[in-house]
Amino acid sequence: MKILVPVKRVIDYNVKVRVKADQTGVDLANVKMALNPFCEIAVEEAVRLKEAGNASEVVVVSIGTTAVQEQLRTALALGADRALHIETDQHLDSLQVAKLLAKVVAQEQPGLVILGKQAIDSDNNQTGQMLAALTGMGQGTFASKVQLADGKVLVTREIDGGLQTVALTLPAVVSTDLRLNEPRYASLPNIMKAKKKPLDVIAADSFGVTLSSNVTVLKVAAPASRQGGIKVESVAELVDKLKHEAKVI
Amino acid sequence: MAILIIAEHNNLSLKSETHKVVQAAAAIGGDITLLVAGFNCKAAADEAATVAGVSKVLLADNAVYQHQLAENIAALVTEVGKDFSHILAPATTSGKNFLPRVAAMLDVAQISDVIAIESADTFVRPIYAGNAIATVQSSDRIKVLTVRPAAFRAASDGNSAPIEAVSAAHDAGVSAFIDEELTKSERPELSAARVVISGGRGMQNGENFALLNGIADKLGAAIGASRAAVDAGFVPNDMQVGQTGKIVAPDLYIAVGISGAIQHLAGMKDSKVIVAINKDAEAPIFQIADYGLVADLFSVLPELEQQL
Ligand SMILES: Cc1cc2nc3c(=O)[nH]c(=O)nc-3n(C[C@H](O)[C@H](O)[C@H](O)COP(=O)(O)OP(=O)(O)OC[C@H]3O[C@@H](n4cnc5c(N)ncnc54)[C@H](O)[C@@H]3O)c2cc1C
Ligand SMILES: Nc1ncnc2c1ncn2[C@@H]1O[C@H](COP(=O)(O)O)[C@@H](O)[C@H]1O
Repeated sequence: MKILVPVKRVIDYNVKVRVKADQTGVDLANVKMALNPFCEIAVEEAVRLKEAGNASEVVVVSIGTTAVQEQLRTALALGADRALHIETDQHLDSLQVAKLLAKVVAQEQPGLVILGKQAIDSDNNQTGQMLAALTGMGQGTFASKVQLADGKVLVTREIDGGLQTVALTLPAVVSTDLRLNEPRYASLPNIMKAKKKPLDVIAADSFGVTLSSNVTVLKVAAPASRQGGIKVESVAELVDKLKHEAKVI
Repeated sequence: MAILIIAEHNNLSLKSETHKVVQAAAAIGGDITLLVAGFNCKAAADEAATVAGVSKVLLADNAVYQHQLAENIAALVTEVGKDFSHILAPATTSGKNFLPRVAAMLDVAQISDVIAIESADTFVRPIYAGNAIATVQSSDRIKVLTVRPAAFRAASDGNSAPIEAVSAAHDAGVSAFIDEELTKSERPELSAARVVISGGRGMQNGENFALLNGIADKLGAAIGASRAAVDAGFVPNDMQVGQTGKIVAPDLYIAVGISGAIQHLAGMKDSKVIVAINKDAEAPIFQIADYGLVADLFSVLPELEQQL
C-alpha cells in the first residue's frame, strides 16, 4: 500500500510573528521556515507504517513555490521515498489545495493519506476534511493513534471530551494530532541520501483546477496587545487584588 | 439572510457553545435555524427551541447520527444547508471535523475560528496562533464558518421555537464508531467556566495536579493544562489549552508553573484577568499577566487554597 503525505512549508513555530506595517500580511522576509509540525508527525507516522511492513511506499507532496522543495527534501530525509512538487506562486486556500490533492490522489491511488490537522500559519484545520469529501473517503481527524487491520484503519481521535475511535474503510484520510508520535531527527547520511531521491515538479495549472479563491483578505492586523500588570509579593496580596481590585472572585 | 447553525450536543442536552454561535449569527442578521442531528436527541432539540433568536429547530433523529460521524453529518448538512446563505458550527473538535467536509461538498471555502462578525460577508479570525488578526471577505454563495465560542457571549433562553423533523438518513458507509473514552469530571467544562486554573510542566507529575483541586472547588473553576503537562502524561489531552487545544476566555485564568509559550498564550490571552504563578521571574507569562507571583508553586497553592 502506498501512503501519500501532503506537507506544507510554514514559518518556524519558534519565530515571533510580525504583521507588516501596511496590514497586508505577515512579514516573511528573512524569517526561518520549516516543515509544519503536524506534517512532520504525518511523515513520521507514514514512515513507521512502512517500517512495520504495513506500507510499500511513502510519497510526499507539497504545493507552493520552488522554496517548498526544501521541506520536501526534509521529508525525504525523514524517510519518505519520493516527492512531488506541485508548483504555483499563487496563494491558495485550503479548498484549492484539497482540489489539487484530490487530483494527485486520483493519479497516485494511495491506500492512505496522512496529513497534518492544521497548518500553523493559516490555522485553518480544513484541508484533510475537504480532501476526504472530494474523494469520497472516510476521515479520521486529530489522530493520536493509527492502526491498520483487515482493509481498515482504526483511528483514535482527540476530541473535546476525551478520545474517540473510529474504523474507516481504505482508502481513507487521517489528520495528525501532536501526540500521535514524536518525529525523529534526520541523520546526516539520510540528509545526503535524500538529495538523490526522486522529486518531480508538476505545474499546478496543469491539473485543470481553478486556483483562485472567493475569499479576499482585507487586512491583517496585530492583535490588541495586552498590558503586563503588576507583581504581587504574597498570596494574601494576590487574593486581596482579585477580590477588591479585579473583582473576579 | 437565512442562517443554519449545527447545534453541539451529546444527544441528551445542548452544549453551551451552541448559544454562543447563535449570538454570533445574530450579528450577521437574518433568520436563524438550528439543526440538531443525533440519535434519541429530542431532549437536546427541546432545549435548542428555547434559545433566544432561533426561529426554527430541525431535528434529524436517526441512529446514523448518534456519534456525529463526519461523513454522515456532513452529508445531512450539505443537503439541509444548500439553500441557506450561511452555515455555522462551533469551532469545537466536532464542528472542525464535519464542517470543512460540508464546505468542500458545497464547493465553497470555510472560514475557520471566526472571532468577530463585521457584516454578512466580512469576518475576523486569528491566524499564526493569534499573533495576527485577519479580516476576510467572502463572495461565496454560501458562507461556511466555524465560530470560536470563547469570543462570543451566550444567547439567552426563553424562546419556544417550533421543532420540525428531518427524515433524511445519510449513511456514507465508509466509517464506523468503535468506542469512546470520555473524561468524567464534576467540574465545569473548560470552555464554559468562569474561572480556569491550569497547570504546566512545573507541576512535575499528575498527582500534584490534586493541588489545584481544592482551589478549583472554591472558585467553581475548570482545570486546564499546558501541552507539556499533557505530553508528559500528567493529565488527559482534552485539558490542553492553546493554539491546538482549547481556546478559553474566562473572567479569571490562573496559570501555574506554565512558562507562557506563544502556543499556550493563543488559547488563553483573551481572558479578562490573568494570574501567573511561576518561580522564574523572567517567564514570558508575566508579560501578559495582570497579577504575577514569583514563587514556588508548591508553597503557594496550599496557601492560596486556604486563603480563598
Ligand atoms: C505545533 C505546536 C502546537 C502547540 N500547541 C500547544 C498548545 O495548544 N498548548 C500549549 O500549552 N502548548 C502548545 N505547544 C507547546 C509549547 O510550545 C510549549 O512547549 C508548552 O506550552 C510549554 O508548556 P509549559 O509552560 O508547561 O512548560 P515549560 O515551558 O517547561 O514551563 C514550565 C514552567 O514552570 C515553571 N516552574 C517549574 N517549577 C516550578 C515551581 N516549583 N514553582 C513555580 N513554577 C515552576 C518554570 O519556571 C517554567 O516557566 C505547541 C507546540 C507546537 C510546536
Ligand atoms: N500547500 C500545501 N501543500 C501540501 N499540503 C498542504 C498544503 N496546505 C495544507 N496542506 C496539508 O493540509 C494540512 C492542514 O492544513 P490547513 O487545513 O491549511 O490547516 C497541512 O498540515 C498539510 O498536511
